[in-house]
Amino acid sequence: MAYSDKVIDHYENPRNVGALDKGAEDVGTGLVGAPACGDVMKLQIKVGSDGVIQDAKFKTFGCGSAIASSSLATEWVKGKTLDEAAKLKNTDIAQHLSLPPVKIHCSVLAEDAVKAAIEDYKAKLAKKQKAAD
Amino acid sequence: MSTAIETGKKPAESKLADKLSERGRNRPSAPIYLDYQATTPMDPRVLDAMMPYFIEKFGNPHSRNHAYGWEAEEAVEKARAQIAHIIGADEREIVFTSGATESNNLAIQGVAHFYKDRKNHIITAVTEHKCVLDTCRHLEQEGFKVTYLPVKENGLIDLDVLKAAITDKTVLLSVMAVNNEIGVIQPMKEIGEICRSRGVFFHTDCAQAVGKIPLDVDEMKIDLMSISGHKIYGPKGVGALYVRRKPRVRLQALIHGGGQERGMRSGTLATPLCVGLGEACAIAEREMGAEAERLRYLRDRLYKGITEKLTHVYLNGDLDQRIPGNLNLSFSCVEGESLMMAIKNLSVSSGSACTSASLEPSYVLRALGVEEELAHTSLRLGIGRFTTEQDIDYAIEEIVAHVQKLRDMSPLWDMVQEGIDLKTIKWAAH
Repeated sequence: MAYSDKVIDHYENPRNVGALDKGAEDVGTGLVGAPACGDVMKLQIKVGSDGVIQDAKFKTFGCGSAIASSSLATEWVKGKTLDEAAKLKNTDIAQHLSLPPVKIHCSVLAEDAVKAAIEDYKAKLAKKQKAAD
Repeated sequence: MSTAIETGKKPAESKLADKLSERGRNRPSAPIYLDYQATTPMDPRVLDAMMPYFIEKFGNPHSRNHAYGWEAEEAVEKARAQIAHIIGADEREIVFTSGATESNNLAIQGVAHFYKDRKNHIITAVTEHKCVLDTCRHLEQEGFKVTYLPVKENGLIDLDVLKAAITDKTVLLSVMAVNNEIGVIQPMKEIGEICRSRGVFFHTDCAQAVGKIPLDVDEMKIDLMSISGHKIYGPKGVGALYVRRKPRVRLQALIHGGGQERGMRSGTLATPLCVGLGEACAIAEREMGAEAERLRYLRDRLYKGITEKLTHVYLNGDLDQRIPGNLNLSFSCVEGESLMMAIKNLSVSSGSACTSASLEPSYVLRALGVEEELAHTSLRLGIGRFTTEQDIDYAIEEIVAHVQKLRDMSPLWDMVQEGIDLKTIKWAAH
């Protein structure tokens, strides 16, 4: 399959590969996909007290476009507020990377991963506030 | 199973590849070709044999009235004899076709249609090539009954299951000698014995077997055999079907016309292609022993080189009952397509879903009981006549480095390292 230059660039030089401490209060972790389907993404965000995403990291098991989609997603969410990040659309990722139709699900997975990470962070925050009350 | 892997002494014949490399090998800047089960480059000696039949000796081999026809006919008949010889057949039992796909279609449909008034049941195996399976599905739509035999974990069919599947309505068994994805060799002689004793015709797709393993149609009691040109260093677009004369197997033709090939396959023969297939068979027959030894050395070196440096690598398919030119490996936690993207200087193929249009992982690997997550991580490494030891060493380096890199960015690999059983996690299927 012939991928766009952008996919190849993200695949060969993936941004923000790595892991954050998933136990930390200010870190939200999203793990989506399934090994049996051939792709699993783990996307993590570190959120400041102002609600701005300070850092994002990912690890992905999947094809080239899955890796590129998650790499791009981490790049985009950094510096955004949680609300802004939650508005990230898979179609934007697919369009930016010029994904072929059979690879659209990779961008959907990246969107899911971002949302799952945000939810995880919010759940932690809610728990913390509840404990403080 | 790893006991059989011992990288022994380098066989003396390993100079062959170097000698032929001038014309037959990879272009200097091109990726290293490790996909010999997909197709092979033509052997330059095959091309040499073919060349005169394009311009100079261009006659129609069916022209009976002049020298142009006669010399073309002579060439075609020589090729027919070369093909017959490598499988222990008579030249009158060889029908030229456009390739193994046509041969498989002709054998299966031809037998099914000819004998349909008496028998209507066909047996095949789940790991057959698509052109066999799809032909069988087509016959099912016509009303034939088809049994798809399962395979054991090592990729081989269970002979007891085969015996139990045969009924008095069974007309044909179609089982490939060598699997195109995992290279495993079915027990041909035993299968032939069972079929003959039960009055069932035995067809075998030998596209991946001819020239790789010794085949003898009498010893193995084979009634029909499909042969491909481009899997054995011959040209694309030509193949053959062996059709037994004694006891006679009859076929209904698929292609009608001038009645060439004893009415089984009409159409003017492509003389250069026939010559090429014949020459490819003759070379393979002469060099099979030495070549197998050389390829086994390279294959074992490749397997050992990879598994010495990487853990969690699994071999798909039996190791001993396997042609020497094939390795099919699953690299746990590394998706096949992304690995192929990484090792872009190697041309290989993968059982990963992402490399197929259907987004389904390899049905062959699934049939072996390979779990889906491992099927997604498989690579098929095919080595052949023009693969050198240098190629193998480079391939080991590339594969090891990129598997490690991709594992470092794989969330599954982290979990495996932490000792988490991936099966205990509730994954959201999508």
